Amino acid sequence: MCLSVPAKVLEIHGEMAKVSLGGIEYEASLQIVEDIQVGDYVLLHTGYAIQKLSEEEAMETLKLFEELKELNKQIEEEEKDERGRTD
Amino acid sequence: MQYIDEYRNKELANRLIEKISSLTSKEMFFMEVCGGHTWAIQKFGIPSLLPEKIKLLSGPGCPVCVTSKKFIDQAVAYSRLNDVIITTYGDLIRVPGSTSSLNEEKSNGADIRIVYSILEALQIAKDNPSKKIVFLGIGFETTAPGSAAGIINAAKEKVTNFFLFSSHKIMPPALAALIDEGVTINGYIAPGHVSTITGSHIYDDIPEKYGVGCVVSGFEPVDILQSIYMLVKQVYDNKFKVEIQYKRVVKPEGNVKAQKIMNEVFSFRDDWWRGFGILKNSGLGVNERYHDFDAERMIPVDVEETIEEKGCICGEILKGLKTPGQCKLFATVCTSATPVGACMVSHEGACNAYYRFNK
Repeated sequence: MCLSVPAKVLEIHGEMAKVSLGGIEYEASLQIVEDIQVGDYVLLHTGYAIQKLSEEEAMETLKLFEELKELNKQIEEEEKDERGRTD
Repeated sequence: MQYIDEYRNKELANRLIEKISSLTSKEMFFMEVCGGHTWAIQKFGIPSLLPEKIKLLSGPGCPVCVTSKKFIDQAVAYSRLNDVIITTYGDLIRVPGSTSSLNEEKSNGADIRIVYSILEALQIAKDNPSKKIVFLGIGFETTAPGSAAGIINAAKEKVTNFFLFSSHKIMPPALAALIDEGVTINGYIAPGHVSTITGSHIYDDIPEKYGVGCVVSGFEPVDILQSIYMLVKQVYDNKFKVEIQYKRVVKPEGNVKAQKIMNEVFSFRDDWWRGFGILKNSGLGVNERYHDFDAERMIPVDVEETIEEKGCICGEILKGLKTPGQCKLFATVCTSATPVGACMVSHEGACNAYYRFNK
């Protein structure tokens, strides 16, 4: 029920937008989000866009390894401290 | 957004599992409270990847499962009025009421239509001016803003034959109630899309008051494993707080416009949750301003006595006190094709997910 899926905004007409979800086009309402532009990614839920994924956050998702490399680095640093503590 | 596979990256998942194991010294119980997480955890087999000592519990995160039987009985009563058309999300149709269900009423000729959005229901109301259209509003803070926006549109466009029957609920009171009732919980995997609307501050008193951490998680395997890693780290450091793992979608302040729209139409009220009974200020009722669009006020109806089904322990499963396998009816009398309890009906119910991915 609460699963929401990201879609790309193709056209905007008034409070409605045509969005593409994996190539399939839907009509979604923009009534509960703000400053949406054509080309943005939005999260869809029961016919509404509920959050805008701005390009950086979309890139953030796509640049997973950077973020996760950061996590790897953090894991390595912690392991180094631990080894420091236990040696 | 086709780049989903990175969040299913095996090498990274193994790395996180390694790290979780290295910090796991004692038994820890982490509860998810979102039907989407229930489903993803079972589908990706997350429990089998974790150290024995980490137990994942499924909480009251499926809106269909927590909906009271009385709500179903009242919806059935509305559907029997011949000037009413019921519009509802599909998950609710098969939920058993005391003596009937919407599916049964539909087969007896009641006008019950499945919709994907309240906006479709509103269109049905415009197309059928002589009928009363009742929309069954279930769901947490992810879904409630859409219902509120639908009611605002109905008022603006003077669609006076459109009514919301609300069973919308909010999440925090249930999180507190579980701990107050003594369920052992060392951390919450907090719901991703509820938090998209509300932001993460709604969970702040859980660590403050109860010393239980909350991590807002995404829905892919690496999201969930990373969130579990963050919770294990909080227990290891003995420092409990609210964190957002699902940063690509959830902002600390959430979607402020959606929150305003919700507050415009709804007011808090005590509400009945399956498994809990009444939880104070946990429900969203249509407020005075939109009185004319509230089915409960505008369409009086007699509702039969609620009868609870025997042997069904959905209430305990919703609180993580029992697992589906411990229910006598599970996978015998109660299957996804012939559901007895609500937790088996909805795809996000613990029993349905357990039955489909574990049987």
